[in-house]
Amino acid sequence: MGGYFSDIFYGSKSLLIGMGITFREFFKPTVTVQYPYQTLKMSARFRGHIELIADKEGKPKCVVCGMCERACPSGCITLGSISIEIEVDGKIKKKKVLSKYDLDFTKCSLCGQCVENCNFGALEFSKEYNLASTRKEDFHFNLLKRLEERNT
Amino acid sequence: MSAPIQLRPDETFLLNVGPQHPATHGVLRVKMQMDGEYIVKAETVLGYVHRMHEKMGENRTYAQYLPNLSRLDYLGALGYTHGHVLAIERAAGIEVPERAEYIRAITVELNRVASHLFWFGAFVMDLGGFSPLMYAIQDREHILDMLEAVTGARLTYCYYRFGGLYNDVDDDFIEAAKRFIPRMRKSLKKYDALVSGNIIFQKRLEGIAPVSAEMCRKYGATGPVARGSGINFDVRKNEPYSVYPEFDFDVPVYHECDSLARYKVRMDEMEQSLRIIEQGLETLPDGPIMAEKKPKNIKLPVGDYYQAVETARGSFGIRIVSDGDKNAYRLKLRSPTYSNMHLFDEACEGMLIMDALAFMGSLDLVIPEIDR
Ligand code: SF4
Ligand code: SF4
Repeated sequence: MGGYFSDIFYGSKSLLIGMGITFREFFKPTVTVQYPYQTLKMSARFRGHIELIADKEGKPKCVVCGMCERACPSGCITLGSISIEIEVDGKIKKKKVLSKYDLDFTKCSLCGQCVENCNFGALEFSKEYNLASTRKEDFHFNLLKRLEERNT
Repeated sequence: MSAPIQLRPDETFLLNVGPQHPATHGVLRVKMQMDGEYIVKAETVLGYVHRMHEKMGENRTYAQYLPNLSRLDYLGALGYTHGHVLAIERAAGIEVPERAEYIRAITVELNRVASHLFWFGAFVMDLGGFSPLMYAIQDREHILDMLEAVTGARLTYCYYRFGGLYNDVDDDFIEAAKRFIPRMRKSLKKYDALVSGNIIFQKRLEGIAPVSAEMCRKYGATGPVARGSGINFDVRKNEPYSVYPEFDFDVPVYHECDSLARYKVRMDEMEQSLRIIEQGLETLPDGPIMAEKKPKNIKLPVGDYYQAVETARGSFGIRIVSDGDKNAYRLKLRSPTYSNMHLFDEACEGMLIMDALAFMGSLDLVIPEIDR
């Protein structure tokens, strides 16, 4: 019988303590961010999908070495190149330039292997996170086109 | 008026919990044979989120397998990636700089606190209390912000590399982590007063779902589940790895074997993790974060390698059998909750269904980690 009453006593006490704690929370500042009306700044290292980096002339820095394509665990990257002839010091030289850089973001795990394996500093992570769509095709990015769009 | 239906005393019925059920925290199905509210027999059914992670390990190169490890246990992913890189480094003989190991230990412990916090919230919510979940998530958010600032991801990290780290931590991270420790200690006091001291909570868990040390050994249970049954086993202490021997921390062990003991183990572990983080931040050495001598394409010498680490849920082991190629011949993942969960069938016989769901919460199951 003693246990019964002490339970009631401790029960009421713990109830009051609990209510005290939740009551104090009432007066604390709100921490919830009301997305999409409010947004946060993404941290510097935030990993969005990858993006090509342009050189001074606005051309992609990529030299089509194919390291990123090979390193990617999920085979998200498809590269294409064309050969052009340029003149260097009066001599005609052949050079490979990037003609296609497709990213299949549906399979990307944002692991960073491509960025890490690029020895020419031609890839970076974007800060893009507003990616929602009901169509799969919307996640197949043409990075070359995106770069051109950014340039203009 | 028809007469009420008379159940025969020996009549039982089959209750299907899951695969989509809030109490199972994932796609786990439990077939329960019930006698009224009492469980006669329970059978857990797995395989709803099986993704063949082990097979993928055999088809991908070692470096390409890095992102997979964080998709096992999405709440405490760093512990699993840690085990993977340690296994490869030991097999390939790569020396890891001290600073990198310290940062690994600090981030793993932060991740452990985050994982336990989420478990705490979800567990109390299983028992009917909602506000602790909100408080726990608020604290966890601080950890995720810190980890996002260094790793670039919030849950599925791919931060460790063979021989070191993807990138170094900055002063902001160290400052934020230092600020977080006192904040978390204050929160732990709050949780103690709000939840641990609550009489309803105690009565729901005390003496419920006893799991003997014998049963833990039988099923290979590790982690807080085993430590709540009086087994003093923590891989960080028993098979030291990384820089853990340099830290001063205790392994909380409780001998009551009930759900409350498992709860207490985890609550105490958060404090111990904070101690490790504190010491790690104080003694963080300067230096490189990547090994200098590191083969570009990793090929392991022919052999059989095993590495165990203590994750938030128990002992995680990775076994790699190499035939000298650039990917593993066989890769086996020993996930802790797979063993911990198998207790459930035996332990919940004759238990009330409400208690069984609280018991399942106290096991801290993460289903993708069981199914792999
Ligand atoms: S981040 Fe990883 S998965 Fe994504 S494209 Fe790069 S290498 Fe492939
Ligand atoms: S690794 Fe860099 S330079 Fe090479 S193809 Fe990829 S983006 Fe281009």
